[in-house]
Amino acid sequence: MKSTTTLRRKLLSSAFVGFCGFAVLIALIPLAFVLFFVITQGIRAVNVDFFTHMPTPVGEPGGGMANAIVGTLIVSGLAALMAVPIGVISGMYMSEYAGTRFASLVRFAADTLNGVPSIVIGVFAYAVAVLPFKQFSALAGGFALGVMMIPIIARTTEELLLLVPGSMREGALALGATRARAVFGVVLPAALPGIVTGIVLALARIAGETAPLLFTSFNNRFFTTKLTQPISTLTVQVFTYATGPYDDWHRQAWAGALVLVMIVLVCSLLARLATRRLERMHARG
Amino acid sequence: MRRKELGFQMGTGVLGLVLVAIVFAIGAVLAKQSMLSIEKFGLSFWRTEVWDPVSGEFGALPFIWGTLYSSILALLISTPIALGIAVFISELCPARLRQPLVFLTELLAAIPSIVYGLWGIFVLVPAVRALEISLPDALRQLPFFSGPPLGLGMLSAALILAIMVIPFSSSVAREVLKSVPAAQREAAYALGATRFEAIRAALFFARTGIIGAIMLGFGRALGETMAVTMVIGNNPRVSLSLFAPQYTMAAVLANEFTEAADDLYLAALTEIGLVLFIITLIVNSLSRLLIWSMSRTATQVPEPVEPAVDAA
Amino acid sequence: MKTVHNSLAVLAGVVLLIGGAAAQKLQMNGAGATFPYPIYSKWFSEYNKQHPDVQINYQPIGSGGGVQQVSKQTVFFGASDMPMNAEQLQAAPGKILHLPTVLGAVVPVYNIPNVTTELKFSGPLLADIFLGKITKWNDAGIAKLNPGVTLPASDITVVHRADGSGTTYIWVDYLAKVSPEWKTKVGVNASVNWPTGVGGRGNEGVASTVKQTPGALGYVELIYALQTKQPYGSVQNMAGEFSKASVESVTAAAAAAAKQMPPDFRVSITNAPGNGVYPISSFTWILLYENAKDKAQARAMVDFMKWALTDGQKFAPDLGYAPLPADVIKLEMAALAKVKTS
Repeated sequence: MKSTTTLRRKLLSSAFVGFCGFAVLIALIPLAFVLFFVITQGIRAVNVDFFTHMPTPVGEPGGGMANAIVGTLIVSGLAALMAVPIGVISGMYMSEYAGTRFASLVRFAADTLNGVPSIVIGVFAYAVAVLPFKQFSALAGGFALGVMMIPIIARTTEELLLLVPGSMREGALALGATRARAVFGVVLPAALPGIVTGIVLALARIAGETAPLLFTSFNNRFFTTKLTQPISTLTVQVFTYATGPYDDWHRQAWAGALVLVMIVLVCSLLARLATRRLERMHARG
Repeated sequence: MRRKELGFQMGTGVLGLVLVAIVFAIGAVLAKQSMLSIEKFGLSFWRTEVWDPVSGEFGALPFIWGTLYSSILALLISTPIALGIAVFISELCPARLRQPLVFLTELLAAIPSIVYGLWGIFVLVPAVRALEISLPDALRQLPFFSGPPLGLGMLSAALILAIMVIPFSSSVAREVLKSVPAAQREAAYALGATRFEAIRAALFFARTGIIGAIMLGFGRALGETMAVTMVIGNNPRVSLSLFAPQYTMAAVLANEFTEAADDLYLAALTEIGLVLFIITLIVNSLSRLLIWSMSRTATQVPEPVEPAVDAA
Repeated sequence: MKTVHNSLAVLAGVVLLIGGAAAQKLQMNGAGATFPYPIYSKWFSEYNKQHPDVQINYQPIGSGGGVQQVSKQTVFFGASDMPMNAEQLQAAPGKILHLPTVLGAVVPVYNIPNVTTELKFSGPLLADIFLGKITKWNDAGIAKLNPGVTLPASDITVVHRADGSGTTYIWVDYLAKVSPEWKTKVGVNASVNWPTGVGGRGNEGVASTVKQTPGALGYVELIYALQTKQPYGSVQNMAGEFSKASVESVTAAAAAAAKQMPPDFRVSITNAPGNGVYPISSFTWILLYENAKDKAQARAMVDFMKWALTDGQKFAPDLGYAPLPADVIKLEMAALAKVKTS
C-alpha cells in the first residue's frame, strides 16, 4: 500500500519537474523564432544604403533609414537629458529618507508611472507638449520618452544606493561631511557603475518604443536635427514600412528591426558584463 | 549644518515631488481633455457597443471587451509557462544554467514591441491562419471558432501578448519565490516531501505574491499597443470568436488619435485613454499590494522554536 | 564637476550650431490623405531637388487627420480627398482654401487564389458585399456579372480603412449614390460604422492586408493596386459600361464638373454620367489657410502649388493619376493669387 503511494508521489514529482523544464523550452521557442527571422531577414536587407540614405519617394525601391537612425539617437538623448537628473535625484531621496511617508509616496508614484501604458503617455504628451505649441517636434517625443524613463532610473538608483554598505555613508558623516557631501561624494560614486548600467538599459528600452512617438515626434521624410520640428525615428519608420504594401518597405522594416534588436542585445550584454564586474569588485572590496 | 541638511532634503525632495506631480498630471490632463465626451455620454460610454464617428455616437464597450478578452486569454496561456519557468530557474535549475536562462528571459522581455509586431504580421498571422483553416468543421460550430479564418484576430493577439507577458510575470514570480523563507522548504523536505510537494508548499506560502506577479503581467498585457494593433484586425466588434478581428483600447488610440476629425471624437478617444489609465492603475496597485503583503508575511515567519526537553 | 560643466556647455553649443545651420533651410510640415501620397511624395522630392532650401515634409495619416491637424495648426497645410464640411470650415481659426492637385480613382482590389482575371463589379453588388449581405465569392450576384470565371466557395473578407480616410469618403459616397440601403444604413463620411470587415491603416494598410489575406476584397487608390501588382476589378458606370480605372476614364469623369467648377473647388465626381467614365473617381485637395501667420511658408507653398499645377502634372500619368483639366488649373491659379504671402 505504502509503496504505491510513494511511487505515485515520485511520478508526480518527476512529471512536475518535467513540466517546468518544458515550460522553459516553450518560452524559448518564440524567442528563437523571433531572433531567427529578424536576423536572417534583416541581414539580407541591411546594406550600406540603409545607414546612409534617406527614404525614396513612395513606391520607388531603394533608399534607407539614415534620418530615422539619427532621429532615434536624438530623441533618446533628449529623453535621457530630462530623465537622468530627475530620476537619479528622486532615487537619491528615496534611498536617503527611506523611512518617511513621502519617500513611500514617491516610490508608489514611480511604480505607478512604470505601469502606465506607453500609448497613454503619448496621449498625455500630445496634450502637454504638442497642442499648446501647435507643433509636432523632437522635443515632444523626447518629453514623452523621458517621462517613461524617469521611474525606471529612479527605482534603479534607489536600489543601488541602498546596496552601498552603510559603513561608507557613516564613515563620511563621522568625518564631518554634510549629508549632501556624503551622498554625492562617497555613496553615489560607489554606486555609479550600477546607475550608469541602469541608465543604459533604460535607454535601450525606450529606444524601442513606438506608441508615444506616434503623436509627438510624428515623422519626417527629410533629415533634420532641428529639435522643434517633427523627426523620423527607427521605430515609427519600421511601423510605417511594416504595415505598408511594398515589398521593398518590408525588406527595410526587417533591417530596421535588426538594428533595434542589435541595440537591445548589445546593451543587455554590456549591462550583464558590468554587473558581473561590479559583483566581483564588491566581493573583493 | 542643520540648514544644509534641510537644504539637501528639500532639494532632492523637490524632484521626488516632480515624479508624483507627473502621475497626477497625467490623470488630470486626460480627464480635462475628455470632458466633452464625459459630459455628453456619461456612464453609457462604458456600455455602448456603437463606435460611429459619422453620427457622433461613441461607445467604448468593444474596446474594453477586446482589451479584457485578449489579456485574459494571454494570461491563461502564459501563467502556467511563466510559473514553470520561475520554479525551474529558482528551484530546479543546475547552477551553471541559471545565469544564461535569466539572461534569455530578460532578452525576451527586452525585444521591442514593434519587432514582435513585425514578426507577428509576417510569421505568426500566416501560421495562425493555416491553423484556423485546418480546424475540423465540427469545431467551427462553436462560438469560439466561428467566422472566416483570417489569421488576423483575437487568437493571434492573445498569442503574441502571452509571449510578451511570460518573461515579465516569471521574473516577478522568481523574486517572490526567492523571498519564501528557507525554513518552509526545509520543513517540507524534513517531512519526506518529494520535490514537487516541497515546491508546492513554497508556492502555497507565496500564493499572494504569485497572484500579484500574475496580475502585474495582466496589467502589462492591458496596455500593450504596437504588437496587438498589427495582428488583431482592428474591428470594433464584441465577439467571442477567436477568429474574429477585434479592437483594443490601446490599438484604437494608436490608429485613430491623430485622425480624429472633430473635438467630440478626440474627447471620446481621450476618454478611452483615461479608462485605460485607470484600469491599469488599479490592476498594478492591487498587484503591488499583494506582492508587498506577501513579502511582509515572509519576514514575519517566526523562527523555529527549540522544543522543550521531554519531561519524561 | 567643472569638467561636467564644460562638456555640457560644449554640447549645448554644438546642438545650437547644428540647429542654427539647419535653420537656413525652410522646413514645412503637411499631413493628410494617403490617396495622393505617392505623387505628393514624388512632387516634394522633385521640388526639393530644384529648391534645396525648401523641405516639405508630408505625412500620410489619412484625410481625417489632415483636416484635424491643419485645423489645430499643428501642420502648415493639410490634404484631403473629402472636402471639409461647413462645420469643419467654421471651426477652423481662419479661412481654409481647397486647392485641387490631381484626379485619382478608387478601385476594388482583391486576392482570390487561382483567379487572376479581371472581375466585373456593379455598384449595388459592391454595396451588398460591404453591407455584409453577400459573403461568399461564388455568390449568384458576382457569378452573373462574371460568367466563365470559376469563383471559389470561400468567404469574402472585406477590408476597409481603420482610420479617417478620404478614400473611404470617395468609396462610400459612390456606394450611397448606387445603394439606397447603404445611404440610410451606413452613410457617408471619412470614417463610418462598417457593417463588416477588418481595418487597415492608410491605403498602404488596406493594400497590405488584401495582399496577405486570401479571399480579401478592399478598396484602394489605383496606384496602390498597381505598385503592389494586385488585380483590381472594373466597375459598371452610369452608362452601363464596365469601366476600368485609367487616366482616360478618370479624366472623363471630371469633364462635366470641370465646366461647372464652384469657386471653392469642393465637388464630388463619383458616379458621373457619360461614356468612358470611371465611376469611382475624385479630385484631391490641399488645404491651405488663405491668411497664414508664417508668410515665408505661405510664399513657399504658393510657389510649390504653381509648380505642381504646371510641371508637376507631368508626373501624374506615370503614377496612375489623371492631370487636372485645363479649366480647373486656370481657375486655381487665380485662387492662388488670393493667398496672402506678405
